[in-house]
Amino acid sequence: MSVLNLILVNLGRNKRRTILTMLSVTVALFLYCTLGGVLDTLQEAIKVGSETRLISRNAISLIFPLPISYGSRIAAVPGVKRVAIQNWFGAQDPKDPHNFFAQFAVDDENFFPIYANDIEIVEASPPQATMTLPEGMPSRLASYMTEQTACVIGQKLMTKMGWKLGQTITLAGTIYPGEWPFTIRAVYHAKKRSIGEETMFFHWKYLDQKGMGGRALVGVYILDLSNPGRAADIAKQVDEMFENSGAATRTESEQAFQAGFVSMYGNIPFVLRVIGLAVVFAILLVAANTMVMAIRERTGEIGVLKTLGFTEGIIFGIVLAEAAVITMGGGILGSLLAKWAIEGTGFNFGGFLPPMSVHWATVITGIAIATLVGAVSGLIPAWQASQLRIVQALRRVD
Amino acid sequence: MGAVQVRNVRKTYVRDRQQIPVLDGLSLEIADGEFVALMGPSGSGKTTLLNLIGGIDQPTSGELIVGGTNIATLKGSKLAKWRSRNIGFIFQLYNLIPVLTALQNVELPLLLVKMSGAERKKRAKTALELVGLDDRLKHFPRQLSGGQEQRVAIARAVVSDPSVLLADEPTGDLDRKSGEEILELLGRLNREFKKTIVMVTHDPHAAERATRVLHLDKGVLSN
Repeated sequence: MSVLNLILVNLGRNKRRTILTMLSVTVALFLYCTLGGVLDTLQEAIKVGSETRLISRNAISLIFPLPISYGSRIAAVPGVKRVAIQNWFGAQDPKDPHNFFAQFAVDDENFFPIYANDIEIVEASPPQATMTLPEGMPSRLASYMTEQTACVIGQKLMTKMGWKLGQTITLAGTIYPGEWPFTIRAVYHAKKRSIGEETMFFHWKYLDQKGMGGRALVGVYILDLSNPGRAADIAKQVDEMFENSGAATRTESEQAFQAGFVSMYGNIPFVLRVIGLAVVFAILLVAANTMVMAIRERTGEIGVLKTLGFTEGIIFGIVLAEAAVITMGGGILGSLLAKWAIEGTGFNFGGFLPPMSVHWATVITGIAIATLVGAVSGLIPAWQASQLRIVQALRRVD
Repeated sequence: MGAVQVRNVRKTYVRDRQQIPVLDGLSLEIADGEFVALMGPSGSGKTTLLNLIGGIDQPTSGELIVGGTNIATLKGSKLAKWRSRNIGFIFQLYNLIPVLTALQNVELPLLLVKMSGAERKKRAKTALELVGLDDRLKHFPRQLSGGQEQRVAIARAVVSDPSVLLADEPTGDLDRKSGEEILELLGRLNREFKKTIVMVTHDPHAAERATRVLHLDKGVLSN
């Protein structure tokens, strides 16, 4: 037998209480890490953006469009290699309106070459006729390019919705009312986890003709730069160019744009942190209560140990270790469970954010917090046990 | 020099701001290898004296020299370490740890000594053989009779080879036959292993086993 055996035996004397306390710590740490995972995912969402790309949007708000005429003027700015356009579509699947996913109308000849390093076309319908694709376009998009209602879907969205390549799906427009039929002509795989695979892309011209009546309004311009080092100058130049026009622009790096998008979640990160701390505090009280009860029941035994020569330090250490084992065990279990379960679901907030992830740093922080909770919750009972007067403790036995 | 020297020891408890004297200037000497029985009515201070000799309580004043050390001057971990090396305790209600087996209970005092796990186990087995319980190593206290429990407690008390054994009513909770066996065992430890034993008892029959009987009354020795 060793002191470690003694600690484990003590934990096993009231198995139900030990397991229930450990489970409560597990649940608390699962919740803490899940909330941490939301924060991690929001951070991840910011990383979606590249610093080599700029986004130009309406200076008033993202919901106001920009004229199509800006495109050629922006493309003429020195240092801008290519300009793509992207519009938020926001339609719903009429069969399941709550099963939301993101859809964007894009100008294919510029959008796909710009994002060639981020997404890869892994499946596509064979082309009906031979055609020359614009420079930088993935060759597998040939069939997509020849059909006005064609769309490109992310791999995960395909699996989630049970769609097949070549299938025609119909969405119900919200911003652009009416029924919108689309034919799935290609499937993409995200090369970066942060990009996400639950988005649909389709021809901007289709949206312009059917949804905007040819008014050619643009949601945002995506600027691919030949010299990212000049990004700040270029952004300033673009914004100055449209400063006195009817639709002034706000140009920023894609990363900053994404951060601004995430900031629309308002104080959610703060609220999540507060909830996380409240959970930790509640569990601290539960663990402390358990340890106080456990030690109170063993007052006589602690008296015996002290009589045998166990010093105050050893008694203090044993009680503290018992608390740490309970909370650390629960902490490790809860934190790892959160990482495994949350990442396993691949939940992505309807495509608004990358698939939810719990970073290892969050898991380790969770375990560290659990250990700290163990130490703090065990401090008072450990101190009380170590300071117990032997004569008083033995009297409890008699 | 005796194994235990008690010099003008006073012990006063304070309860509800009232001072209650328990031992009143008590002096006593117990020689090495002596078997002393402490008798007296309830509240006479027998257990208090035993606790003071064992270093689990502190005198209000006076000197307590046990094994050549004035333990009245020792505090905290020093006193605990001294206790683990010099004193073996035997309680009326055995005070075994219920979730540990007989062998593990006897191993407990050896956790405080630097030795290998195998050596610890070997010594604990030897102690249990000494008390005739080598066939009950893996039994838990609830699986043992009162007499057997007390024998495990005696094995625990002697496993670290202390020079002084302190027994507080060791037969007080046992039937006559088991009590006899325990007294026989204590006598053997005294005779064969030269252990100095101080035993508190109410039982005159048990006291007959001792080489000397002391009577305490109202905190003073009456003979």
